[in-house]
Amino acid sequence: MENNKRLDLSYTQMKWDTAFKRILIFISGILLVLVVGILITLIIQSMPSIKALGIKYLWGKVWDPVSNIYGAYPFLIGTLLTSFTALIISIPFSIAIGIYLGEYNTKGWLSNLLKNTIELIAAVPSIIYGFWALFVLVPIIRTFETKIGVQPYGVGVFTSSIVLAVMIIPYAASLGTSLIRMVPSPLKEGAYALGATRFEVIRSVILPYTRSGLFAGILLSLGRALGETMAVTMLIGNTSAIADSFKNIFFGPGNTMASVIANEFAEADHTLYFSALIELGLVLFFVTVIINLIGKRIITKYTNN
Amino acid sequence: MDARIGIRNSKNILFKAVIVFFAFVVTIPLIIVLLYIIKQGVMQVNWHFLTHIPAPEGEKGGGIANALVGSFFIIIIASVVAIPIGILTGIYLSENPGTKLSYYTGLCVDILQGVPSIVVGIVVYFWLVKPLGFSGFSGSMALAIMMLPIVIRSTEQTLLLLPPSLKEAALSLGVPYYRVILKVIVPCGFAGILSGIILSIARIIGETAPLLFTALGNSFLSTNMAKPMESLPHLIFTYATSPYDDQHDLAWGASFILLMFVLTLNLFTKFITKKWNIQL
Repeated sequence: MENNKRLDLSYTQMKWDTAFKRILIFISGILLVLVVGILITLIIQSMPSIKALGIKYLWGKVWDPVSNIYGAYPFLIGTLLTSFTALIISIPFSIAIGIYLGEYNTKGWLSNLLKNTIELIAAVPSIIYGFWALFVLVPIIRTFETKIGVQPYGVGVFTSSIVLAVMIIPYAASLGTSLIRMVPSPLKEGAYALGATRFEVIRSVILPYTRSGLFAGILLSLGRALGETMAVTMLIGNTSAIADSFKNIFFGPGNTMASVIANEFAEADHTLYFSALIELGLVLFFVTVIINLIGKRIITKYTNN
Repeated sequence: MDARIGIRNSKNILFKAVIVFFAFVVTIPLIIVLLYIIKQGVMQVNWHFLTHIPAPEGEKGGGIANALVGSFFIIIIASVVAIPIGILTGIYLSENPGTKLSYYTGLCVDILQGVPSIVVGIVVYFWLVKPLGFSGFSGSMALAIMMLPIVIRSTEQTLLLLPPSLKEAALSLGVPYYRVILKVIVPCGFAGILSGIILSIARIIGETAPLLFTALGNSFLSTNMAKPMESLPHLIFTYATSPYDDQHDLAWGASFILLMFVLTLNLFTKFITKKWNIQL
């Protein structure tokens, strides 16, 4: 009798065990379904535009919903220009932070304070950066633009890039810090023993050793910059026409893929317009996902070796 | 020979100066933004501001009660959905590192982390808004999708750091597997999981883009999740871009409150991770 009861107990426990394991598998499966669902939804909903406009859509220069002409070229240019300008501005800063926190000052209150402050930069919501820049940075840029003799719009690609640059610094910086800290000390000690100065150790040992990791951090920053929506929407000026010269494109108002979706999604009134916007979302999805996955792959490979 | 050493030494010093300069200059924009928001916002905040809905356009006064209530409900529902799924997936990933499913799930988490928030907004629009209409609930679902990867990764990382002897000891005592996980492993990693959850809430509380096409916004106080709802970031966005000065003031006040929430949540995470010595 006693024995049977015990058997019963362990039997129910086994049932619970299998149930628990199945629940875990089921829930993890949900995540797969979610991501595949996102992809399928985007593809299905952009089908009308893919069918009607084909691949030409990507380099069509005119975006004019009123006459039903759709070309994504202005937004591709806007997105690439803002993101890469922001990236170029941010790289010296994020690498400097990585070297400072990873090599010069790895411990102590100053190092901790700087590290936490950099993390805070990423924590501030993008809408707040956008709002601040709209009221403080835009007038400053306007005076600057008057001085250098371009049309003083204030808003535009240039302004967005500056704000974006600040926003993406933490991503490359924190990764760079942890990778530079992982450089094996025998390598550095060897260089010091040969009489190298600290600068020479950083230049010829640390940076070559961490090169691919730093590159991955920059890729992750780029992924952030490409998908960033709100701050850019508030600052880019929202014009779908392409200016005539590079100077006007760079300092004048423009549009990015994310900002045009944010602005026009709610007012898209016919199927083709709507699905052309979603196709932009699909392109954005693919580009950011691929960039992110490459970055993550490099990091995993790097940290495993 | 001496001259070369001199050059190398000065190069060394110069390089360090440049690095220190670049590293600390980055904090200046953050400090400027924080001080400006605090200066503009702190004057707006009083009891009236917190308990009243916005005044009609062009009128003075009013508050942001609708956005506070809306953000609160949207985030609670998002957390209720995302936290259990996130923790269970994190457990699965840390317990079964080699399986095919965990490889693909991990890949999906990476993908989800990189998806731009506006794309999440579009997708939830088709899943929930098109059949059911704009609602606070659809906003919650969009934010839940944004929360998931952070909760999953922090749970997984925390559980992987726990010594395997903990689990082995419990199993050798004859404790069934599900109780080992729920009563031994999860409580041991509680602090790490909790800080991941708080961090994810701090991240989504300021997200605007997924709410544009889902929760939509509402200038009246509403607690009905099935109807459009206002939220703090969305209120800031609409009022910041409006032409009225009074609405800008509301937006500054709302920014101040949003910023305080985000900073408090981040400091809280720092406190937890420091106290329990966790690496995230």
